[in-house]
Amino acid sequence: MYERHILICAGTGCISSGADKVQEALIKSLQEHNLQDKVRIIMSGCHGFCEKGPLFIVFPEDVFYCGVQAEDVPELVEEYLIKGNMVERLLYKDPVSEEIVINHDKIMFYSKQQRLALRNCGVIDPENIDEYIIRGGYLGLKNALKMEPSEVVEEIKSSGLRGRGGAGFPTGMKWQFCLSSEGAKKYVVCNADEGDPGAFMDRSLLEGDPHAVLEGMMITGQAINADEGYIYVRSEYPLAIQRLRTAIRQAEEYGMLGENILGFGFNFKVKIKEGAGAFVCGEETALLASIEGRRGVPRHRPPFPAVEGLWNKPTVINNVETLANVPLILRRGAEQFASVGTEGSKGTKVFALTGKVNNTGLVEVPMGITIREVVFDIGGGIRFGKKFKAAQIGGPSGGCIPEEHLDLPIDFDSLTAAGAMMGSGGLVVVDEDTCMVDLARYFLSFTKKESCGQCIPCRIGTNQMYDILEDITEGRGKPEDVALLEELATAVKKGSMCGLGQTAPNPVLTTLRYFRDEYEAHVNEKRCPALVCKPLLQYYIDAEKCIGCQRCIKACPVDAITGEKKQPHEIDQELCTQCSACFDACPKKVSAVVVVSEGLKTEEEVEVCEEGCKCQS
Amino acid sequence: MSELITLTIDGVEIKAEKGTSILRAALENGIYIPHLCDHQDLTSVGICRVCLVEIEGRRPTVSCMTPVEEGMVVTTSSEELDMTRKVNMELLILHHDYDCQNCAKNSYCKLQELTRYVGIDEERISAMRAPALDFPIDDSNPYYQRDMNKCVLCGICVRTCEEIQGDECIDFAFRGIETRISVLGDKPIIDSTCVTCGECVSRCPVGALVPQKAIEPTYEVETVCPFCGCGCNILVGARGGKLVSSTAVEDSPVSGGSLCVKGRYGLSFVNSPERLTTPLIRRDGELVEASWEEAISLISEKLGQYKGDQFATIASAKCTVEDNYVLQKFTRAVMGTNNIDHCARL
Repeated sequence: MYERHILICAGTGCISSGADKVQEALIKSLQEHNLQDKVRIIMSGCHGFCEKGPLFIVFPEDVFYCGVQAEDVPELVEEYLIKGNMVERLLYKDPVSEEIVINHDKIMFYSKQQRLALRNCGVIDPENIDEYIIRGGYLGLKNALKMEPSEVVEEIKSSGLRGRGGAGFPTGMKWQFCLSSEGAKKYVVCNADEGDPGAFMDRSLLEGDPHAVLEGMMITGQAINADEGYIYVRSEYPLAIQRLRTAIRQAEEYGMLGENILGFGFNFKVKIKEGAGAFVCGEETALLASIEGRRGVPRHRPPFPAVEGLWNKPTVINNVETLANVPLILRRGAEQFASVGTEGSKGTKVFALTGKVNNTGLVEVPMGITIREVVFDIGGGIRFGKKFKAAQIGGPSGGCIPEEHLDLPIDFDSLTAAGAMMGSGGLVVVDEDTCMVDLARYFLSFTKKESCGQCIPCRIGTNQMYDILEDITEGRGKPEDVALLEELATAVKKGSMCGLGQTAPNPVLTTLRYFRDEYEAHVNEKRCPALVCKPLLQYYIDAEKCIGCQRCIKACPVDAITGEKKQPHEIDQELCTQCSACFDACPKKVSAVVVVSEGLKTEEEVEVCEEGCKCQS
Repeated sequence: MSELITLTIDGVEIKAEKGTSILRAALENGIYIPHLCDHQDLTSVGICRVCLVEIEGRRPTVSCMTPVEEGMVVTTSSEELDMTRKVNMELLILHHDYDCQNCAKNSYCKLQELTRYVGIDEERISAMRAPALDFPIDDSNPYYQRDMNKCVLCGICVRTCEEIQGDECIDFAFRGIETRISVLGDKPIIDSTCVTCGECVSRCPVGALVPQKAIEPTYEVETVCPFCGCGCNILVGARGGKLVSSTAVEDSPVSGGSLCVKGRYGLSFVNSPERLTTPLIRRDGELVEASWEEAISLISEKLGQYKGDQFATIASAKCTVEDNYVLQKFTRAVMGTNNIDHCARL
């Protein structure tokens, strides 16, 4: 009989910060104190609070230790497990109130969340089917198998579930189309090609609760009369693939997968197809082409996959998070699911909260929560007391939502109306130190590379927008560029074939809509207000503050700084490459190096410089 | 006769067979919708986005991929459509080598046709960031050359190779702005499985694929390809009394508009000074020019000296099927032997 259970997060985030070493150290330490029969170690899925990883939670008292490293383990065992003294330095400290919080559900990061899709993540051992079943797993499937396919579809329809992969298409309606499509052979495909940089909810779900996804696929199979499913998962997710394979094997052993499932005469098998890393393969028709062994490029729709999908058979493609919600609806009923969320968007949404907030990680919130609550309550506000500037929602194809929309309730329709989109749920918070032009350039650098290259607007348009943005951030912008960008963005959005091209201009369009003044400062005054775009910056040494320590002189890689010891130094603007080495080298209490963006001078102005040189001073 | 569907395009009511795309229906009824990647011989893919139209009650979509429906109301031009199409064309032109004067496709070029129709904003193009167009020209194939600086990536060549020739030697390669048409391993064309049928060259809408040393003929004559028994209909072009080009007759019942490497590129022997123009008879060990009468009476005289298995016929693949039929009949019925064979191929 175990006295205690210790959950160590074994999500990819925590493993990369050393969770597996913590596990080894704990096994060793427990043996040293002969506690191995009294304390059980569970390597769980992702808890979401990746920033504080590795996480180490002790039950039954629910004590939340974070940032635990292998060398901390002996202390935790001796002080806490044996003597019962809290190890304070490893407990969570609220970034705002600076208070220590012991229980994880009292931490703001968790208390405002509503974990439905992630219900088992971080709670169960994902490699143990029994733990999934104990928590109600496969009950939804059993309920579905007692129903007619059309009844299952109705249940999903009335739950109001919408696709979590990006576009938010009503799941029940998609299933209905597929059920109505003629054909004896149909497929269920799970889209686990999570490609948005920074988004990892699908990975966490597959790693932390793979059976939920399998159960969701089987219920879909029952609803549309399909007996075969594919999981298209990125090969960059080896842990997810390994846990999926384990889950499939266990489910087959238990008779949950295979033939005559649970004795209802329902057959279903699942295959895993590893993707090769192309972002566009997250687009459903490109994904199907890739499964079929062809070049992963989208095709025109209609026909939609629900009519003509994998190998031309009717196919339902749903995202991982969507499928993880499905068993819950069949287990608890559509009504309960629909009781959470807004009029048009039911349930919850998982966001990958990153950027300049205090608490980053994976958060699941009810639809309709405001951006303010996510950023300031769950996220614990902006780091270093800086000012919030914008939230980029929906990944590289999403849009930037400015401060005036902080109280916008998050749902599919409100985000689209604001120029962003739910996307797969990336949420990057940026503060006053972020240049919005540079941010748009950054996102375009991703989408332009990931364009499949088939259609003209996306292939050339995204590249052209990137080139212009790069010029603007490097001081080569022209006043007419702002209008040109807008025209290009609109044409690419309207003219492109698939979702990638249709949404790639969003970062440009929203930053133009909400932060046009920053573009204008860049192109008209050659100034970067956020002091980010290096070619538009100037570094000076404040002669009054400079103590003449020569550290900046030593740090400068291009010998642009001159000055005698204990005499104020000076930067030669013509030589300076704005690398910031002097700024970093200047002692913090001196802070004599000043960075400004006062605007570059035009060629003519440079010509008339008294010294006859091309300096900017 | 399949079912006829009535729809309206730009206010004109037209009828089209069920299953026809809006684009084809419009073109067949004399309504022009600009298009680039669509080709009547090939499956439509909708990748150039030039044939965008508005359909009442739907989002703008490409007309080549949308089948006609009863009562459909289609608009081919609106402020929004025109702008999207214009910017689209401008982007394409920015990435196209505009040396029209020196281009073999000048005045047959689809891009020129589209540019004329769509109209482009020179000012906007000059505000854009022009790329360096410095792909080397692939002239490894002796019969045609490929200039990627002119390629518009319509994919017509890829589909032609796959659907018409069944060779599948080219495909799209790389991604994003790096995308280009390539053979396996991105090698020169000559190192690929290309059989030089020239089908892609004949369909390329721009100057990306052109015959080597293309010469514009002064006139063309329709004839039958002299190479093999298939008898494909061809148009041979001549200039200065010399044969300079050979193209397929599009609606040829024999070939369906296709040609092989010989019919398309192998006719230069016509101009060869070494070509035989009269029969030759060996006299005293020397081949001497003779008239057809002399030659034929010599043959008939000689044939009379043999019978049965003393005799054999070797037929030629260059003869027509009818010629060869008569020849085997002659061998069997007149000469009384089954000794007839064939050179099999050229």
